[in-house]
Amino acid sequence: MNKYTVINPHEPFRVLNTHVHNVDGWAKVTGRATYTFDVKLPGMLYGKILRSPHPHAKIKNIDFSKAMELDGVKAVVTGKDTLGVKQGIWRRYKDLCDEAILPVDKVRYIGEPVAAVAAVTEEIAEKAIDLIEVDYEVLPAVFEPLDAIKKDAPEIHEGFERNINVTRHIEWGDVDEGFEEADYIREDWFRCGGQAHMCMETRCAVSSYTPDKKLTIYHSNQSPYYMQGLMAGVLGMREGDIRVIGPYTGGGFGGKFELDGAIFCSTILSMKCYRPVKIVFTREEDFIATKRRTPMFYYSRTGVKKDGTFCAREAKVFTNGGAYTGMGATALYLTGFFHSFPYVWKGYRYDGYRVYTNTLPSTSMRGFGAPQAMWCSEQQIEWIAADLGLDPIEMRRKNAHQEGTILPGQATIASCGIGQCFDEIKKWIKSKGKLRANRSIGISACGFMSGGIFNWFDTPYSFSSAVVTINQDGTVELHVGAQDIGQGSNTTMAIICAETLGVKVEDIKVHSGDTDHCPPDLGAWGSRQTLMTGNATKMAAEDAKKQLLEFAYAQSGLNIVYDLDIKDRWVHAVARPERGYDFGELVKKALRGKDGQKIVGRGYYTPHRKGMISPAYSYMLQGVEVEVDEETGKITLVDSMTAHDCGQPINHLGLIGQLEGAFSMAAGYGYLEYMPYEDGKLMNPNLVDYKMIRAPEMPPANIAEIDTYEPEGPYGAKEAGEGLTNPTAAAIGNALFHRFGVQMKECPIRPEMVVNALKEKAQKK
Amino acid sequence: MERQLIRLNVNNQDYEIYINPKTLLVEAIRDHIGLTGTKRGCDTVSCGVCTVIVDNMAVKGCSVLAVQTEGKKILTVEGLEVDGKLQPIQKAFLDEGAFQCGFCTSGMLMSATAFLKESKKPTEKQIRDGIEGNICRCTGYNSIVRAIDAVAKGKYTEDK
Repeated sequence: MNKYTVINPHEPFRVLNTHVHNVDGWAKVTGRATYTFDVKLPGMLYGKILRSPHPHAKIKNIDFSKAMELDGVKAVVTGKDTLGVKQGIWRRYKDLCDEAILPVDKVRYIGEPVAAVAAVTEEIAEKAIDLIEVDYEVLPAVFEPLDAIKKDAPEIHEGFERNINVTRHIEWGDVDEGFEEADYIREDWFRCGGQAHMCMETRCAVSSYTPDKKLTIYHSNQSPYYMQGLMAGVLGMREGDIRVIGPYTGGGFGGKFELDGAIFCSTILSMKCYRPVKIVFTREEDFIATKRRTPMFYYSRTGVKKDGTFCAREAKVFTNGGAYTGMGATALYLTGFFHSFPYVWKGYRYDGYRVYTNTLPSTSMRGFGAPQAMWCSEQQIEWIAADLGLDPIEMRRKNAHQEGTILPGQATIASCGIGQCFDEIKKWIKSKGKLRANRSIGISACGFMSGGIFNWFDTPYSFSSAVVTINQDGTVELHVGAQDIGQGSNTTMAIICAETLGVKVEDIKVHSGDTDHCPPDLGAWGSRQTLMTGNATKMAAEDAKKQLLEFAYAQSGLNIVYDLDIKDRWVHAVARPERGYDFGELVKKALRGKDGQKIVGRGYYTPHRKGMISPAYSYMLQGVEVEVDEETGKITLVDSMTAHDCGQPINHLGLIGQLEGAFSMAAGYGYLEYMPYEDGKLMNPNLVDYKMIRAPEMPPANIAEIDTYEPEGPYGAKEAGEGLTNPTAAAIGNALFHRFGVQMKECPIRPEMVVNALKEKAQKK
Repeated sequence: MERQLIRLNVNNQDYEIYINPKTLLVEAIRDHIGLTGTKRGCDTVSCGVCTVIVDNMAVKGCSVLAVQTEGKKILTVEGLEVDGKLQPIQKAFLDEGAFQCGFCTSGMLMSATAFLKESKKPTEKQIRDGIEGNICRCTGYNSIVRAIDAVAKGKYTEDK
């Protein structure tokens, strides 16, 4: 089974990076954990959504009189019951706010909500949906970005010439000079597929609007604060009148931090009938009417010197944006940025075009544009090494980022462990010895961000905040706005808080997922919480600890040169740790000095002077051993090793879980998870036909954790949740290249593509 | 709508519920008996989050009607823990971090429990095949396999 090793470990901490159980574990292994899916409120109704069967059509009329006559139906809503606000998570930019969710005028993809019904049972709501008559005027539709940018293509959104939704340009250094210096230039076109987030808990919400004009929403999401802000915008309400509760969330993966049909329609229905309304998406609805990983067409041109020194790279990307923007604008930028990773270029230029089509909107998904970028980059680099007869690992090493690398105008790399990653993967390959004849190894490198610096949401708040409150018995309440969607942020924050205060994890109660009671935080996306919420939590705990130690000092009578500290609930002078007293005792004394007021520590974090993208970057190199059946084209992953630099690990079990989990999703993207569309219709919107990794397909996921120190992160930590979604597809492609000499330019690599590539190769011979 | 009285024994407790005979077992357990530990994740008997144990066999709760399980012993995730004490498999899941979002965990625990009853000294491959019907989108399964393996190897004893 798996091996996990730590390369250059730091001094031991009391809590940090020790074997700490997930703080929500008891609830989750006993069935006590309640998700939005389980919420039932008194008088609750059940909602269902009527969806467009057309990829592009004008809504001429909606007649729901028959639905209203059905016994048990309490409300029907259409776009006319809304303010008609076109919203989007890039709310700072009006142009990119383009999705009404219940459109008034026209539908732009199959599955788009058209009307919604609330009834006393789900069955009645379903029957009522069938009784609604919608009069459509079907419009010509377009499904592929390279068709949609043609002059005569149908116009999907008014005023967007050639259906170009957004463009992004990144450039640094002298690209043309770089290419002139190159001895060898290679250019390739690639195609990258979409991928479904496939959260085990489908999108769902329970909304309750009451006559006092207050709204409470339970919603399966990655950022309660974003939901609160976005809902206030579409409803014309004050943020403070909306409470969003994100109880345990059954997975997110980048698909649950925008408004969805469940939260929006349940709210509009509840506002019409003043009853709580619950909407749960079926698995099919979750496939056809949420969002997906952005499919991309990638052109990459790379110039290198004979000795393997990288000179310049330019890339052009056309993404299938689908019908609306979502987080797609960010994915468009990040794919361009990470296509340069993790290497130094004399000149780098990227132009990205996000194109509207009449298909399911595309958005962020774990890796956020980087899996696509690495699929193209890491294969092309492998081919260049082969073309020049160079060692692919040494060529990568020669050009890799290091501590202090500057990406002009974008980022400065403060910590980087990729050098040791190369050593570890070399060791692993060597340890494998001679492989079986039907097997080969492919490698792939990448890096990822630890939270985004961008503020397209236009929040006036700190990006993360935390409040630490200490009770009289020494127990601690930690309030954070971070959202635990399974990645274990509650545990990570409890660990940071306990380590900093000097108490035990079981002393900390973490409160998250409720906008009424937790400070605002941008939530769980872009691998931001460990660094950003972690910094806020550490600062809050330090603030509380300082207040406590002030009392301890005043009382101790010690010379001020002595240091006092708290470890394992023991208050003591650092020089005389055996003499001390209990943490709870100190708290009680401190309360007396504060006229009975609880000790409250506050912390916050917003990145400053950290460039354009992120405060810190993780690095990794992965090797995958792949077996291929030449006759059927079937791919099997046999073994894997990832050398990984996430700075100081904080949550040991959580880290392993994140790395293994991201790898399984990345492998799925590489060779299994395929979303074929025909005339705008997804052909496999169910778990029988949409293939993903199951237990027998999952290979060992060995990990060598390179322990570096990131100055911007709490205790030196950086991201670990997303980066590992990036390298695997290319590593699989590279394994195929080494065994057969075939160049796979489209992912996921499906069996028929392997068979065809082998046939083509045989014919050429 | 046609309704009938049926008797289910869930976690050693008899329940009488008056339901449509077409009601699925998972619906009876969640919506009529009110035990929400068992989840639902698909419409095609594919994901396994609704797995419960019926007379020692792991069964997807969306693949049988509640009436078909009358007279049988049904065990759900809530029935694993007795008097505040966890079963070995639950402890192993905690120790190995064999869950993240937790939505598949109930079903996974039930599949693992039924599997461990049947297979005394399973190989890793047998363990993987034993949970093939359960999708976990978060963990990549390896921690779950480690947890089941640890229990099979006798690393845990039941609390007395």
